[in-house]
Amino acid sequence: MYTSLTNRRKFIKRMAMLSAMTAAATMFPGILFADEQEKGIPNNANLDWKKAPCRFCGVGCGVLVGTENGKAVAVKGDPKSPVNKGLCCVKGYHSIMALYGKDRLTKPLVKKNGQYVETSMEEALDLVASKMKETIKDHGKDAVSIYGSGQWTIPDGYAASKLFKGCIGTNNVEANARLCMASAVTGFLTSFGIDEPMGCYEDIDYADVFFLWGNNMAEMHPVLFSRLLDQRQKRGVKIIDFATRTTRTSKASDKSILFKPQTDLAVANAICYEIIKNGWVNTSFVEKHCNFNKGLTNMGYGLEDNYKFKDKPEKIDFAAFKKFLEDYTPEKVEKISGVSVKDIKYMAAYYGDPNKKIMSLWCMGMNQHSRGTWINNLVYNIHLLTGKISTPGNSPFSLTGQPSACGTVREVGTLTHKLPHGVVMNKKHREFAAKIWDVPVENIPSKPTYHTVEMFRALDRGDIRFMWIQVTNPMVTMPKLKRYRDGAKKEGRFIVVSDIYPTPTTDIADVILPSAMWIEREGLYGNSERRTQHFEQMVNPPGEAMSDTWQIIEVAKRMGYEKQFYYKEETHIEEIYTEYRKHHDNKKHNMAPLEVLKSESGVLWPYVDGKSTKWRFNAKYDPACSNGEDFHFYGKPDGKAIIWQRPYEPAAEEPDSEYPYWLNTGRVVEHWHTGSMTRRIPVLHKAMPHAYVELHPDDAKRMQIKTGDNVKLTTRRGEIILPASINQRGVPAPMQVFVPFFDENLLINDITLDSFCPISKEPDYKKCAVKVEKA
Amino acid sequence: MPIKSYLAHPHSGKKEELIQALSSIEQCEIMPAQNKDVLILITETEDKVEEAILKEKLDTIESLKLLAMVSGFNTPQNN
Ligand code: SF4
Repeated sequence: MYTSLTNRRKFIKRMAMLSAMTAAATMFPGILFADEQEKGIPNNANLDWKKAPCRFCGVGCGVLVGTENGKAVAVKGDPKSPVNKGLCCVKGYHSIMALYGKDRLTKPLVKKNGQYVETSMEEALDLVASKMKETIKDHGKDAVSIYGSGQWTIPDGYAASKLFKGCIGTNNVEANARLCMASAVTGFLTSFGIDEPMGCYEDIDYADVFFLWGNNMAEMHPVLFSRLLDQRQKRGVKIIDFATRTTRTSKASDKSILFKPQTDLAVANAICYEIIKNGWVNTSFVEKHCNFNKGLTNMGYGLEDNYKFKDKPEKIDFAAFKKFLEDYTPEKVEKISGVSVKDIKYMAAYYGDPNKKIMSLWCMGMNQHSRGTWINNLVYNIHLLTGKISTPGNSPFSLTGQPSACGTVREVGTLTHKLPHGVVMNKKHREFAAKIWDVPVENIPSKPTYHTVEMFRALDRGDIRFMWIQVTNPMVTMPKLKRYRDGAKKEGRFIVVSDIYPTPTTDIADVILPSAMWIEREGLYGNSERRTQHFEQMVNPPGEAMSDTWQIIEVAKRMGYEKQFYYKEETHIEEIYTEYRKHHDNKKHNMAPLEVLKSESGVLWPYVDGKSTKWRFNAKYDPACSNGEDFHFYGKPDGKAIIWQRPYEPAAEEPDSEYPYWLNTGRVVEHWHTGSMTRRIPVLHKAMPHAYVELHPDDAKRMQIKTGDNVKLTTRRGEIILPASINQRGVPAPMQVFVPFFDENLLINDITLDSFCPISKEPDYKKCAVKVEKA
Repeated sequence: MPIKSYLAHPHSGKKEELIQALSSIEQCEIMPAQNKDVLILITETEDKVEEAILKEKLDTIESLKLLAMVSGFNTPQNN
């Protein structure tokens, strides 16, 4: 499939085919083209097919990879995978091509006098270890840090956390999931006391109505979206797209409702107001299983260095909550949000109807939000008030963007405050981790250090001097990027980057370590629905490329931690996973043994008595429930979930006379995040070669801008020129523009704002003020 | 030298017939869906005239219910 695309006509034909397949996938959910999957498989091929989770998004489709003579030559959807049942999106179909880009990094590179010089892996790892030791000696342990990713496999993240938190003794461990999932985590923790969705993808087969909260599923989670469309065809379910921009998802939905940026907070409250007013509250559920809380308001936006915030939860009662909602009548909220009274009532009526099962789905729209934790809480409020939760088809469901944002970042806990089980602030949790890690408990500091934005600020200030970046591309993804790029380049900083291709992040590195990618090593990912999936090594990595796990182990040994990093090269993944499982050895989080993961297309944790748990907190399905009731929200000490009083507050920077438009950023179906892999896949690169700016047709007409014309965007951080896109793929609302962030040559993050949710510390990439002019 | 892609929808129960009919045309390449009543059709012609003639020919195929050209996927970056 990836071979001989040199012939231009053949290439164009391939493009045409790809377009048709994509269109067909949107129109015919679950459509399969067996021929396409088999294409490119050499005649008489004797392929060895092995299962793996897809390398790309958090849906976690199962794929089968065909190898021959040490090369991956074909890929197809795994019909046995309950996630995708044989289907793949365009990225999945082309995933193996990402292994074979011409400019794969195969040798370590060390910067000497401004030039990169090839060296051996041994020498490069020696240098990394000695630089880390030197930095600790000169500046203290909190001057070294590691910044990883939701593409880290579970063993990668585990080894990183053990080395930095357990052995070195710094909580300077962060991962890019802070930029995409942190609000979902704090949403879960504040509402339920325990992370990750209570339901699973099977909810799709039971729900009657799907609410997509700012979630362009057709492009970002195409295989799951096709499952929604499939259900519509079979059962006539309703899909309601609630968003700030008209997308392919809006067009494929039964109803598209647009709201003004940030006002989803007000609308969610208005839905609760209507639910209470119309008597749709599931009173017995709420009385038995819910508490009411309020927290601090006017928290700020984290724009200043060393910003700190700690919420102060305070118990309230139902009457107080009801009173609070009087500010959110549909009539009042219509004025704030632009959503009509009729549409608010329409949404509330579905949520309130006791005969309708509801699934709410969201991703970046709610998470990359300066009140991200709040909006997560508010959607849970709706499900809790109506008791529509933790039963098949009743499911508030936060989706992830990366293949192991859940598995590695959230479950292994590769964030500054986290441990594999629990948090660093809790003495018992520290003791528990220290015992398994075989380190003195005093090693693990009790205070979190820097979340991602603050970590890069610390690098700029010089509080951090050494940073090891693995499988992520922050020099494309950080908001207000210029500050952090300049900071990373300052004298006296030492940056190590482990990756598979050159990126703007390897450009700032002092040492570049070539990494083994995906099926070039053994690993495990955990997807959005708590499914852990194993993949074995199927092909050799190129040159001296080495897995991120083994790079960390090698450095750890060089730093004197042989005792803790006792793993053998041939068996280290199994050894690490078996050790990791000890952290979750309880009914609430038990992980399946490796043999099970090797034989099945993944299983859902908690895996108890040989069974996946599909619906947590529901006594019928979840063996961890122990209160004798139908439901048990055991993440909270009293077993009750929390309904939060959270107001609407404006975004950090809203349009004004100088910068009159909203700027929203996001992704496209062809490219996976910063495009460092998908831009090396010719078909995908050709389909979407560069970024663009979408404008509303009325705005474009007024400024006499046509598709393809250059448009200048200016914010308080800088300016950028991009070609216009009008009435093409997506259409923003009037006075709003949208720019995708995958293009390293058109770095939109140079002009975005680094405001973040004060609770989750996740930046708001969806909202800042911008001036728009014809260039 | 236009290359175009379409979704070709057969009349009910006529998928096989449509596959046969399209396969016999030199400028057509098809890929039938495995599990849905639709096929992808890619046409490759020398020029607009040949394309128009082909289009007429396609219109006469009895098993073909609807031919929907696929557009918009690779815009606006199709330059
Ligand atoms: S939907 Fe996501 S996991 Fe599935 S094939 Fe596409 S990129 Fe891979």
